[in-house]
Amino acid sequence: MSDKANYVRRLGDNALILSQRLSEWCGKGPALEEDMALTNVALDLIGQARMWLTYAGELEGKGRTEDQLAYLRDAHQFNNLLLVEQPNGNYADTLVRQFFFDVWHYFMLEALCSSSDARIAEIAQKSIKEVTYHVRRSADLVVRLGDGTDMSHKMMQQSIDRLWMYTGEMFAADALDAAMSDQGIAPNLSGLQEKWLQHVEEALAEATLQSPAAGAWMQSGGKQGRHSEHLGYLLAEMQFLQRAYPGASW
Amino acid sequence: MSNEWPLWEVFIRSQHGLAHKHVGSIHAPDGEMAINNARDVYTRRNEGVGIWVVRAADIVSSSPGDKVPLFEPANNKVYRHPTFFPMPEEVKNL
Repeated sequence: MSDKANYVRRLGDNALILSQRLSEWCGKGPALEEDMALTNVALDLIGQARMWLTYAGELEGKGRTEDQLAYLRDAHQFNNLLLVEQPNGNYADTLVRQFFFDVWHYFMLEALCSSSDARIAEIAQKSIKEVTYHVRRSADLVVRLGDGTDMSHKMMQQSIDRLWMYTGEMFAADALDAAMSDQGIAPNLSGLQEKWLQHVEEALAEATLQSPAAGAWMQSGGKQGRHSEHLGYLLAEMQFLQRAYPGASW
Repeated sequence: MSNEWPLWEVFIRSQHGLAHKHVGSIHAPDGEMAINNARDVYTRRNEGVGIWVVRAADIVSSSPGDKVPLFEPANNKVYRHPTFFPMPEEVKNL
């Protein structure tokens, strides 16, 4: 049971941390419409994070609520992918990060819709409606900017090259992934990787962008609680209120 | 940027509405992105089931100066208004 709790919490952590990152764009987007779109995605993800973390708290059985899980854990107790905690950088960085994640997220949720755990399947079915739009939007923008001006093309390529090393972790199955896959609760990650690569490479080709070489070195550790230095700063900001005023509510 | 992104007028058909209603405008480089942008700006709370976007430049509008010739004739011809017909009891709320 604690395995399942940890696994569900990972899903929640991905959505929570990426949502927090996207929220940082609020009021700073490159156009009003983009600003709204990014914060819409952030709100979708925070909604999903709430469902996952609430369920994770129930499975854990220690009475921890979604709020306690979100605001009272330290960086080493978070199990999100390293990709989602990367800084927003420029707009290309944010967009490429989003695209890589959205494609993974879509195929992940698609598989989780038929999870042997009814509650996981239910949350996935609700989430995939939102994520279908996320992935459509980010793929569209990757193509537009990759196949745009010389400057936008160059920036997109730089972002792809910078973030590529964080994509391997999405498919590097550890003992927990294997256990969940064996129980029919979660998909086999290698099958997911083929779908992801195919989708991403098609979009990059259409965008006239280069896919990094197969077999490139990949960074990992996020799922096991070993994070980049960025997460600590993100949490310091996100958790300030609950840390300074424990139990504050409004 | 706004000189590269034309203005689009957005019409949304609401959940229970029969007709698309004008809800506002957005900027976008083309129709596909205009639909996406309209969705993100104007349908955040399940407002709609259908979106139309039209380039603002393609809309022809009556001018305020035309108000009298266009709309006045209707007001001073009582026979244009069907107010002289007794309605049968069976027909309600017409």
